Amino acid sequence: MAKQHVNTTINGDPVEFLCEPDQTVLDVLRDVLGLTGSKEGCGTGDCGACSVIVDGRLSCGCLMLGAEAEGREITTVEGIAEGDKLHPVQQRILEEGALQCAFCTPGFVVAAKALIDQNPDPTETEARYWLAGNLCRCTGYDKIIRAVMNAAADVRGEAA
Amino acid sequence: MTYEDGKLKVVGTRPIRPDGVDKVTGRANFGADHSMPGMLWGRILRSPHAHARITGIDVSKAEALPGVKAVVTGADMAESSGSADAGESAINLRDLSRNVLAHDKVLYDGHAIAAIAATSDKIAREALKLIDVGYEVLPHVMDVDEAMKPDAPLLHDDMFTEGIEPTPETSSNIAKKMVIGFGDVDDGFAKADVIIERTLKTAPVHQGYIEPHACVATISEDGQAVVWCSSQGQFVIRDLCSQLLGMEAADVRVIPAEIGGGFGGKTTVYLEPVALMLSQKSSRPVKMTMTRGEVFRATGPTSASSMDVKIGATRDGRITAASAEFRFQAGAFPGSPVGAACMASFAPYDLENVSITGYDVVTNGPKVAAYRAPGAPQGAYAVETVVDELAEALNMDPVDFRALNGAREGTKAPYGATFKVVGNLECLEATKDHPHYKSNLGPDQGRGVASGFWFNIGGQSAATVAINPDGTVSVVEGNPDIGGSRASMAMMAAEVFGVAVEKVRPMIADTASIAHNDVTGGSRVTFATGMAVVQASEDAVEQLKKRAAKMWDVEVEDVVWQDGAAHTATKDAPLTLADIAAQAGRTGGPITGNASINARGAGPAFTTHICDVEVDRETGAVEILRYTAIQDAGKAIHPSFVEGQMQGGVAQGVGWALNEEYIYSTDGNMENPGFLDYRMPVASDLPMIDTVVIEVPNPSHPFGVRGVGEAPIVPPLAAVANAVYDAVGVRMTELPISPPRLLAAIDAYKAAAE
Amino acid sequence: MEYQSPGTVEEAVSLLAGASGTSKVLAGGTDLLVQLRSGFVEPDLVVDLKRIDALTSITEDAGGFRIGAAVSCAELGEHAALSAAWPGIVEAARLIGSEQIQSRSSLGGNLCNASPAADTVPALIAARAVCSVVGPGGQRDIPVEDIVTAPGETSLQPGEIVVSLNLPARPSRSADAYLRFIPRTEMDIAVVGSGVSLTLSEDGTVSDAHVGLGAVAPTALLVSEAGQALVGTSCDDAALDAAAAAASAACDPIDDKRGTVEYRVRVAGVLTKRAAAIAYQRAGSR
Repeated sequence: MAKQHVNTTINGDPVEFLCEPDQTVLDVLRDVLGLTGSKEGCGTGDCGACSVIVDGRLSCGCLMLGAEAEGREITTVEGIAEGDKLHPVQQRILEEGALQCAFCTPGFVVAAKALIDQNPDPTETEARYWLAGNLCRCTGYDKIIRAVMNAAADVRGEAA
Repeated sequence: MTYEDGKLKVVGTRPIRPDGVDKVTGRANFGADHSMPGMLWGRILRSPHAHARITGIDVSKAEALPGVKAVVTGADMAESSGSADAGESAINLRDLSRNVLAHDKVLYDGHAIAAIAATSDKIAREALKLIDVGYEVLPHVMDVDEAMKPDAPLLHDDMFTEGIEPTPETSSNIAKKMVIGFGDVDDGFAKADVIIERTLKTAPVHQGYIEPHACVATISEDGQAVVWCSSQGQFVIRDLCSQLLGMEAADVRVIPAEIGGGFGGKTTVYLEPVALMLSQKSSRPVKMTMTRGEVFRATGPTSASSMDVKIGATRDGRITAASAEFRFQAGAFPGSPVGAACMASFAPYDLENVSITGYDVVTNGPKVAAYRAPGAPQGAYAVETVVDELAEALNMDPVDFRALNGAREGTKAPYGATFKVVGNLECLEATKDHPHYKSNLGPDQGRGVASGFWFNIGGQSAATVAINPDGTVSVVEGNPDIGGSRASMAMMAAEVFGVAVEKVRPMIADTASIAHNDVTGGSRVTFATGMAVVQASEDAVEQLKKRAAKMWDVEVEDVVWQDGAAHTATKDAPLTLADIAAQAGRTGGPITGNASINARGAGPAFTTHICDVEVDRETGAVEILRYTAIQDAGKAIHPSFVEGQMQGGVAQGVGWALNEEYIYSTDGNMENPGFLDYRMPVASDLPMIDTVVIEVPNPSHPFGVRGVGEAPIVPPLAAVANAVYDAVGVRMTELPISPPRLLAAIDAYKAAAE
Repeated sequence: MEYQSPGTVEEAVSLLAGASGTSKVLAGGTDLLVQLRSGFVEPDLVVDLKRIDALTSITEDAGGFRIGAAVSCAELGEHAALSAAWPGIVEAARLIGSEQIQSRSSLGGNLCNASPAADTVPALIAARAVCSVVGPGGQRDIPVEDIVTAPGETSLQPGEIVVSLNLPARPSRSADAYLRFIPRTEMDIAVVGSGVSLTLSEDGTVSDAHVGLGAVAPTALLVSEAGQALVGTSCDDAALDAAAAAASAACDPIDDKRGTVEYRVRVAGVLTKRAAAIAYQRAGSR
């Protein structure tokens, strides 16, 4: 069985890779490209630890074939900060202490960025439902939600 | 020495954790993130049966598949005996060996049978299908009460109940019986005006850490090995691997990865010895990861329980006697946390007469592993439900009733200890005063309260601090950081040195780089390892004072350390830490501080939770409207992470109360081994979780730390159940309170009322 | 396994019709990739439909809509005209999984995965949706409830794919609603789902009503009796109770890890009553 030859864009850079037809985007990121920031918590789309943004839409890396990445633009957790400037979501997560074991954190960073890109003024309920696909077992979500709300305010240019 | 609360500059503040940036940018390396050149991929074949004798294993076809480099089975493991100290509990090595790879019988769905290492994960998975295993399927038993019956299917022919004199002559599934207590409960119940007695049950629940188990292991031809894995303790991984495989401890270097949650479930080995065996056989590094399904089927849930609790009280609200029988499911091998359940469940109460019996019972499920305050949540669910009912029967406010009977300084706990300074009454008082407790409820809404207790533990910790030439400080410790402990360690060291926390950088060393540390567990790290870090820092401060004395040519007795510098009466200008560090080469060489301790004097944690729910009477759905957790932390080093522990414990407890459970088919196969149907709370299931951190200092810790991680998972089960009762009048005596179960109970209640 | 991403329906049909082993169609992939990973399916060919325009666009057609079978649920939610005309279908689609899943999951995939618990199918049944199916023998239109024949099985012939789901033009004062019950607030598979679509006459009584139920039988059900119970009424309590009773009576569920028979029967009625009330209120406000 032949490998798939894929040209795609990851975190703004052109990337070319070969993958097995049944390898997922997550497999490719982690095992082919060495981008291990995206985590595998379930492999079935239930935990969100592998969240990536594909052509502007939040997706699970584990629910997309590597071959489907052809011609797409993918953003991973490694591409959220701009140079040495953390994204407000990252900064607020740090300030709120909204991470404990931090295994889910990359997924939350990506999902929260996608939320704020799409809706910079979410209500707490909207933030909770948007992030329902990201499981966290450590924090009880409280500080994560606070961090996301504050980050949204930062993006809107308001003092939180 | 102890540090005065009013003068603290770093402790009690909320700095950004030193490992934080790596964790929000994806740089941090967890168990599965490490790879090695030439690495093979390992996979495990698991039992499809809940109970079966293995009649044969034929691996020849798998071995013949191109790309397969090694196959191992239980027959490749040396026979183990004795036990290993795993910090929170002793681990029986014979059982552990059989859990890692089944030897003659499989005892649960998912039990490991054989493992394969191949040049790709895909080939390894393919090869698993080529292993032929012969099974003689045996009858199985899952329910703890069923397993205790004399005619139940037996898991271990050679198991005779411990704790009964004389030892029984027939084998059974009851591994152990224990009885604790004091006073005369018969006499006490005779004095009671009201007695409430209930039987309650809970389902097996999983720790639910989001990171599946993972490791990379490599072993050289001379027998020296390196294991790179995420765990709650690199030393326990080293010790268990070396003992199971007959290696010397110094030959197994375990490098701790970042750990993606453990909650007790990563205090033992599953993959690591197998990866070492595969590496030995293939002479290649081997990487192994579990799927989520494997995590559910084969790693530690905590015990299902069946519990009888009886409490009596006088009309004026005094408890006269309390008794309980706790029957805990251990899974395939003995070792449920029933002992801790016996010891902890009545601890919030000042009792004269108490008797508690516990049974540790094997069943055809995965061997249970520690889960956050092991045993206490189940026991507290039973006790706090009965306490709630008793308060209601006495027409007393449930918080007042708890306070009237509350454990305090001088109370003798059911397990024999006498409490020193504890914060139980302070928590209850804060509960009563909280705006949440005074707020109004709407229709179909209810409020529940429940108390909880955890011992907190000390144990062995080692720490080293090194003063760098520029005056910065490196702290080396040996406990994996699951919840921000690096920050707490750096803060305590910074406080001792009198420098900014950013000048102190902590790191977690591998097993070859620091002395033994017990596991990260039992709420011990900030207390015990923190104490080691404080003592190592104080040791370094003494060195710094000596160097300063030398530089000034004064007596060391004339030097004091304050605000990050040495001071002496005869000199106007102090010598800062950086000044002394810069001259270290000329004053005697590098400056370090060390401490190796077995920390004693852990201060118990008490906590009270308030939970409001709303019940949809037509569907049985329960919504958590508001939640407040009040807990005595002793001293919060980093308040955000203390609050985070409390909030996280609440979320896990709410999951346990409402929806989480292992669901088995009639054949004993787990039907919900994934996050889709093992329903842990998601963000939209919960409100903000309010916290009140009470600080009644632990006199045995330099900053007063008690430990916070375990206690917050103890009260939620009962707090939720009591709130549901308050909302709809139905006592839920079986967890989880899933919608079908609650709707049926509401209907039965309505039918009975009509 | 071979992966192909054809650009036209004809190419897709030709690939599927010409395949010798097992072949699978990939729309959003949110079910298929889980099945691939678990080894539940091991196809020789996977045909990705997301590069075909007809499957990834929504067109308004004579007052109705043709929704490409692979249009993501997130895109459905963003389509203002569709959301206004068919709020029930859109809310059913928006209930599938997380936001991550929403970016990928589709009506065609939700339907052809053939789960009895699919969220959008009861809503589509209530809406009287019709599927445009294309295969080696050409195109045919099939009522949505005739696609799934049993859990995991469809009436599609080898080489056939669902190209679009077609919604009829709406009379004024029409609306739909969908409710499902899950134990959590998100991320679960429906324990029961109920879709109601209705149209009001000038006097405000219901002139036409259809009820679809999910997760209460081997396939999603069109419950005519429940719809009939609403016709001629103003969705008063008696009518809602009658519809609920009819919905419960139509159930033929199983006990499983997600719910019991008794629970599903009971809650099917509860949700039908509630969904009908919402649909009635929506229609009345138009």
